[in-house]
Amino acid sequence: MSTTTAAHHDDHGHDSHAHPTGLMRWVKSTNHKDIGTMYLWFSFAMFMFAGALAMGIRAELFQPGLQFVQPEVFNQLTTLHGLIMIFGAIMPAFVGLANWQVPLMIGAPDMAFPRLNNMSFWLLIPAAILLMASFFVPGGAASGGWTMYPPLSVQGGMSVDMTIFAIHILGVSSIVGSINIITTIFNMRAPGMTLMKMPMFVWTWLITAYLLIAAMPVLAGAVTMLITDRHFGTTFFNAAGGGDPVLFQHVFWFFGHPEVYIMILPAFGILSTIIPTFARKPLFGYASMVYATAAIAVLSFVVWAHHMFTTGMPVAGQLFFMYSTMLISVPTGVKVFNWLATMWKGSMTFETPMLFSVAVVFLFTIGGLTGLVCAILPVDIQLQDTYYVVAHFHYVLFSGAAMSIMGGVYYWLPKWTGHMYDEKLGKWHFWTTTIAFNVTFFPMHFTGLAGMPRRIPDYSQQFAEFNMISSVGAFALGISQLLFLYVVIKCIRGGTKATNQVWEGAHGLEWTVASPAPFHTFETPPQVK
Amino acid sequence: MSQDNKSYFLPGPSFWPLISSISLFLLAGGFTMMLNKVAMGKPIFIAGIISLAYLLFGWFKEVIGESVSKFYNKQVDKSFRWGMGFFIFSEVMFFFGFFGALFYARNVSVPWLADAKLLWPDFVAGWPTSGPGLTEAFTAMGPWGLPAINTLILLTSGVTLTWAHWGLMKNKRTQLKVGLALTILLGAIFLYLQMHEYAEAGFTIKTGIYGATFYMLTGFHGLHVTMGAIMLAIILFRVMKGHFNSHDHFGFEAVAWYWHFVDVVWLFLFIFVYWL
Amino acid sequence: MNKKVFSFLGTILGSALTLVASTAHAAYGLNLKAPVTEIATQIYDLHMLIVWVCLAIFVVVFAVMFYSLYKHRKSVGHKAAQFHEHHTLEIVWTIIPALILIVMAVPATKTIFAMKDTSAADMTVKVTGYQWKWEYDYLDKNVKFISNLSTTQDQIDNKAEKSENYLLEVDNPMVVPVGKKVRLILTASDVIHAWWVPEFGVKQDAIPGFIKEVWFKAEKEGTYRGQCAELCGKAHGYMPIVVEVVSEDKYNGWLIAKAEEAAAGAAGADKEWTKDDLLAKGKVVYEKNCAVCHQANGAGLPPAFPAITGSKIALGTIYGADGKYLPDSHIDRLLNGKGVMPAWKALLNDVEIASVITYTRQALGNAATVDPVVQPAQIKAAR
Repeated sequence: MSTTTAAHHDDHGHDSHAHPTGLMRWVKSTNHKDIGTMYLWFSFAMFMFAGALAMGIRAELFQPGLQFVQPEVFNQLTTLHGLIMIFGAIMPAFVGLANWQVPLMIGAPDMAFPRLNNMSFWLLIPAAILLMASFFVPGGAASGGWTMYPPLSVQGGMSVDMTIFAIHILGVSSIVGSINIITTIFNMRAPGMTLMKMPMFVWTWLITAYLLIAAMPVLAGAVTMLITDRHFGTTFFNAAGGGDPVLFQHVFWFFGHPEVYIMILPAFGILSTIIPTFARKPLFGYASMVYATAAIAVLSFVVWAHHMFTTGMPVAGQLFFMYSTMLISVPTGVKVFNWLATMWKGSMTFETPMLFSVAVVFLFTIGGLTGLVCAILPVDIQLQDTYYVVAHFHYVLFSGAAMSIMGGVYYWLPKWTGHMYDEKLGKWHFWTTTIAFNVTFFPMHFTGLAGMPRRIPDYSQQFAEFNMISSVGAFALGISQLLFLYVVIKCIRGGTKATNQVWEGAHGLEWTVASPAPFHTFETPPQVK
Repeated sequence: MSQDNKSYFLPGPSFWPLISSISLFLLAGGFTMMLNKVAMGKPIFIAGIISLAYLLFGWFKEVIGESVSKFYNKQVDKSFRWGMGFFIFSEVMFFFGFFGALFYARNVSVPWLADAKLLWPDFVAGWPTSGPGLTEAFTAMGPWGLPAINTLILLTSGVTLTWAHWGLMKNKRTQLKVGLALTILLGAIFLYLQMHEYAEAGFTIKTGIYGATFYMLTGFHGLHVTMGAIMLAIILFRVMKGHFNSHDHFGFEAVAWYWHFVDVVWLFLFIFVYWL
Repeated sequence: MNKKVFSFLGTILGSALTLVASTAHAAYGLNLKAPVTEIATQIYDLHMLIVWVCLAIFVVVFAVMFYSLYKHRKSVGHKAAQFHEHHTLEIVWTIIPALILIVMAVPATKTIFAMKDTSAADMTVKVTGYQWKWEYDYLDKNVKFISNLSTTQDQIDNKAEKSENYLLEVDNPMVVPVGKKVRLILTASDVIHAWWVPEFGVKQDAIPGFIKEVWFKAEKEGTYRGQCAELCGKAHGYMPIVVEVVSEDKYNGWLIAKAEEAAAGAAGADKEWTKDDLLAKGKVVYEKNCAVCHQANGAGLPPAFPAITGSKIALGTIYGADGKYLPDSHIDRLLNGKGVMPAWKALLNDVEIASVITYTRQALGNAATVDPVVQPAQIKAAR
């Protein structure tokens, strides 16, 4: 083999000459940018679909009494809203961002395993079909909640099996995707890019990928036990045979709590990327950010039973999980303080990505503090399975994860498309989303404290006013996202030409390549000083 | 040798990802239908198996082809190592879930059930148990006898595989082939004995939590041994074709890692499922 | 400039706090329900402590952020500093939150131990969750009854005016004496439910096959309402909990009345009932217990809940040649249940089971010719 740069194109020979166009460009893709794009569009489609389910939920809850759907359909809506938002919207969106940005940020020519990368994406499609088609099988979609607790989920029909297999396939996709990301980060960094020089987004994704590889197989095991309990006569979750329904909850949340951090750590990475850019100041406390992320990841494996405070664990278990959960707020707090210190004495401007980031810091902290309230076991006894919890995890997952993704999309969109997005419309999208989000979810703290259980299609009249406000907010939130779609499409089709650096304060390898980023980047590794 | 290949190999456009997606869709859809007694289930499931076999065969053939064409440099080799290592880690976590269920049943749920005298007045905690609601008598599986022999067989297979590896390192091809063949043979004997044990067992997967944990743990382990043996057979086939040399043999090593991982899982099984 | 910002922020926060404080006890409730037990009071106080601490942290931290957002802008000409670490500061803001956590953990730990102490109870009630109703069994008092939602379907379907306690009212409330330590033994028959009364500070999952214990000691007479707090299927939102806390005298009177009620029910089993009486009684039993799954018109919700109309079980033979009821016959299914169908022998008396069997064989579009009527005595014999 030749060693010259000119000849090295021939090494990945099929690449340069037989470059398919049209549909085949996407189906057969081995290009991290194209695959990232597919991930992002897929997640947006799922975001809208699961959002539509949420509109159904809020329509029914607009007033007391049953108006639109029967209780069993309502349960299907909540179950699939949760499953699809988590596995179809949030997680793939982060993987999409990782696909686009990780190789660009570390100066790699592509992901370590480009074909597996495409496989991870294409596995999402059958899983999504299984989940969405389950609405049309006899008995309707799974209705036992996204957590699928037995024995309720053992009662369900064919759709529960479809959901379980969808989770298996999503698990394969996530594990393969994570192996790919870890390998890329460890093995494909440009010369001179030491671990402690990596951008925070890369760091958070590295740790997230570890969490995924450790947690997803456990979920696969949990749902496998569920399916054998359903069809093959095992008694893992049946007391008559010596099992325990709560065993499923332990196994599920052993996955489920790391999963929570899987959905927030990359968001932290995005914030740590955007805030320094628009503060025109380096990230404060880089090292402590890395250690805090790692600490959160490690702790995430020993806090799972705080989802199960009302199952009646022995005192020792309850105390352990309460203390470990409270402890997580220390590294999380460090992160928030670091972001504030990054802004402090900066020279800030407030383009749309920065607006989203500042809002996330503010709103995520609300979600973090209500999380601390829920961690206090006696208080959680009153809050478990109420709307307070619904408010809490939407503050973390919507205004934490989803809004970070939106901020990230605005931030990198010029690099991807070569055009600046419409700043004015972007700001409109930000303000409508933020306001509508708070109108939807802030009142839920009160309905929850006042005693409204979650996952009910109908409620006592004392909760009517707040539910009506939440529903109005939810519809506004839903409609706002159409604006997002419009801004993105408009940006793809044209707009002011973006410079290579795009943002005045941007640093890092991704800003050294052209905008739009060429199909192949860093085929000769850059030298990082 | 591919050391001189400076740039990282990036494969061109590929159909395999789409085929993997289609075959898993057929498998999942078909199996769901079979479980729910829908007539079309079986043919769809079989189509899924065929397409999965085609996928594995075709994709690995392509990768092996690239490998022998020296497209891969040291860095790619390292990627494969990271990848395989983390794949095995994910498998460890899968078994961890099932072992967790076993420990939970033995140390938490069974004692709790025995304490719930109001519901299960006659139930006494102990292991093995089929739980308070299923009262049919059964005979548990003891550790000495077949399981102990199987332990020896698997441990020996680990030794023969390492011996084969030494052969490869020292370029003694005969030792390599004999070692591999012996390992596969031992794996096959293990599987045969395991099936025999299942056939003779005095309980089924429906025998409460004991039957459930026993068959799920040993069953998934057996499945992994089967896959490992098939992979070893492919490696043997490649050795016959003259693939691998003392410094370029990651395919061999990956399968060896996998085999040792399966060995270690068995040791845990022997201790916690059969013995204690 | 500084002053202006702070006074502005101060005004906003001040008015927000006043708003929250003044409406905290308004009709809809913005806070936890007023506690009536020692534990619920501790929880309430603990919650307030944490909320105030969190709010204080929040205000301080974000006052800093908004100050920075205001002052350190490029548009006001602020030049970026280039510092990026400060070890003392970083250690301080790691240690201070940890100390605050310890302050919160101490009272929480005390409350947990108190919550778990079910010893020295004055009375014990076994509570069983069913899809979708609660059963209360006063263990040493021989009183046992089912508590169903009493809100009508018409109210739910917006065809009738909603009552004051819409969805929070039951036919048979649990009754306990004031000031007595009541130990609850919780379990479930089918799926996981959760028994929750906010005013008592008690929420505990009821897990099929397991027993979980909780306790409460209500200090104030009154009616307290809660709901099932664990998704348990389609009527999860329709299985409220109502507890009436009454004086000791009233409670004893209630116990006697309940015992008489049960005796009257059992007596009915020995007499011969007319078909019309059975049908009339059966309709009531059906609508209360069966209609939630099999629907009021008997059409069911296949495949989860089969139709009664035209059902093989409802029209088929009940007894075998040996005079015993057949497996999978109508009586077998009612008494012993199968899958999602509960075993009703624990829940209904002989009259209720016989009448609902007769009703489902002769109404809802059915007209069984074999075993057209089932008498309570037959059920008594079959048990």
